[in-house]
Amino acid sequence: MFEVSLLLLLMSQSTLATTNQNKVRSLWEKITDRSFLWLTGLFAFSVAGILIWIALQVALQAQPAIAEFGLQFLTSSSWNPPEQAYGILPAVYGTLISSLFALLLAVPIGLASAIILSEDFLPPSLRRSLVFLVELLAAIPSVVYGLWGIYVLIPFFKPIGDWLHNHFGWVPFFSTDYIGPGMLPAGIILSIMILPILTTIARDSLAAVPPELRAASYGVGATRWQTMFSVLIPAAFSGIVGGIMLALGRALGETMAVTLVIGNSHNLDVSLLAPASTIASLMANQFSEADDLQKSALLYAGLILFVITLIVNILAELIIRQVKKY
Amino acid sequence: MTPEKAISSNSINLDYVPHKPRNWLGLLLTIWAFILLGVTLLPLALVIVYVFIKGASRLDWSLFTQLPPPPLQSGGGIGHAIIGTLMLVGIAALMSIPTGILGGIYLSEFSPQKIGRWIRFAANVLSGVPSIIMGIFAYGVLVVTMDSFSAIAGGFALAILMLPIVVRTTDEALQLVPQEVRWASVGVGASNFHTVLQIVLPAAVPAILTGTTLAVARAAGETAPLIFTVLYSQFWPEGLFSPVPSLSVLIYNFATVPYENQRELAWAASLVLVTLVLLTSIISRLTTRHKKY
Repeated sequence: MFEVSLLLLLMSQSTLATTNQNKVRSLWEKITDRSFLWLTGLFAFSVAGILIWIALQVALQAQPAIAEFGLQFLTSSSWNPPEQAYGILPAVYGTLISSLFALLLAVPIGLASAIILSEDFLPPSLRRSLVFLVELLAAIPSVVYGLWGIYVLIPFFKPIGDWLHNHFGWVPFFSTDYIGPGMLPAGIILSIMILPILTTIARDSLAAVPPELRAASYGVGATRWQTMFSVLIPAAFSGIVGGIMLALGRALGETMAVTLVIGNSHNLDVSLLAPASTIASLMANQFSEADDLQKSALLYAGLILFVITLIVNILAELIIRQVKKY
Repeated sequence: MTPEKAISSNSINLDYVPHKPRNWLGLLLTIWAFILLGVTLLPLALVIVYVFIKGASRLDWSLFTQLPPPPLQSGGGIGHAIIGTLMLVGIAALMSIPTGILGGIYLSEFSPQKIGRWIRFAANVLSGVPSIIMGIFAYGVLVVTMDSFSAIAGGFALAILMLPIVVRTTDEALQLVPQEVRWASVGVGASNFHTVLQIVLPAAVPAILTGTTLAVARAAGETAPLIFTVLYSQFWPEGLFSPVPSLSVLIYNFATVPYENQRELAWAASLVLVTLVLLTSIISRLTTRHKKY
């Protein structure tokens, strides 16, 4: 395709050269070239600009609530629209706990999958198809996971939740009845949703370790798993940690699936079997019926979520950048 | 002769000995890792199977041509939401693809190294911002100023979601085009403008197309930004400046209702959405098998 256009360009240039010996570009061509450069630059910078714009815009909208509640917003746990008293401690707690719970489940599973998909356990063609399947997992819309969570996951975990409560009820984490929607199914759904990003990034960083390291380790007599634990994983460590951070960022901001299965209760309960809420689920759940100050409080909550995810994502990017040392 | 023989026969045995810890532990770990890989892929199979089983019962012509009926009535379809989703995704694509491709061109072709690094950094961070934040951003920028929930505002939110993906895809696709091609073009006297648009970009089009199709597919399934910007409507879309229905918000709204018919429609809508997303993913994957360079 481009060979043909190159040829055409060549021909047009050569006819130009015979008819017009003036080799200086025309003013028009120069202007086009300049303005094209500027235009592309403008749009590239707009990516960075939008990031700043989002921060400013969200902060601006949250201004009334920031002025009203200040930092107490983070430590208060009342959510009382009639009295105009708002605090998001339970939601912040729910956001952190559900995300950490999801990481706890997903990290070992994702790491094991990444090891299988980066090593030569399976023939390359089969491995490629499996990697593609893992990527497809990320393509399923969040709301579909939520729907599936309500009607499949929650009933499925009913016996497990009951068993945990009956046998380990003295542990604070299982101190309430499993009534269905709650932290447990939310954490499980989240772990399913962050598995693809965790697995692909861990796989990529394991595969990026130079083959010489592996060869040297096998050469001194290490087995495959000894090589994995003492050479490959340490070498790919920063990439794996970066992937975990990115996954954490996803989990913190995930909205629809969590809103559908977490139960949306604004009570701070340590039990994983009790309904809870996250910042994102609080916003999704209440925004359409909120009045002015409540809306502003929800936007303030959004600002806090934005800041948390921003920090996590920036850290993740900085860590992943380290990976390119090989 | 003697020392070598002593080593091979007595102190070091080079044969595979299954009962040594390093060997059986390795086998155990291998089996365990395969089981965990199975656990990773299990939800994909389960979700797809359930969506197909539950959704297939409503899969007929009226699903695509009718509106959902009021509660307690049977029948109906989700035609309005399919049109609405296509509208929203269309607006988002129109806004984000041209701007994203131009931005990607700057990153790959013109940017000084340092600036390029910063913009790529910003693009990566932007793609990690939760979609719900895009929703409240678009709410403040468009819904509050225009004083109405609208398809435009929803398209804008989805466009910002897609923008960093399109920029990075274009950037990466253009960088794969060999440097010699650019030299050849500049060498025969072409300007930057001509080099990029007629020589470099055409060579990268398949890869860019794949990336943008995937971005569009992702945007089609997004819900969180839409509930802050477009809301939902029970009727056929009326235009760009009013609330329009969409598949994803329909699923969200109908997921928790007590009416069997509406829940069935939510599953059917999931089936349509999942099929759409999976098909685009698989097709774009298959078409980019063969690389040009």
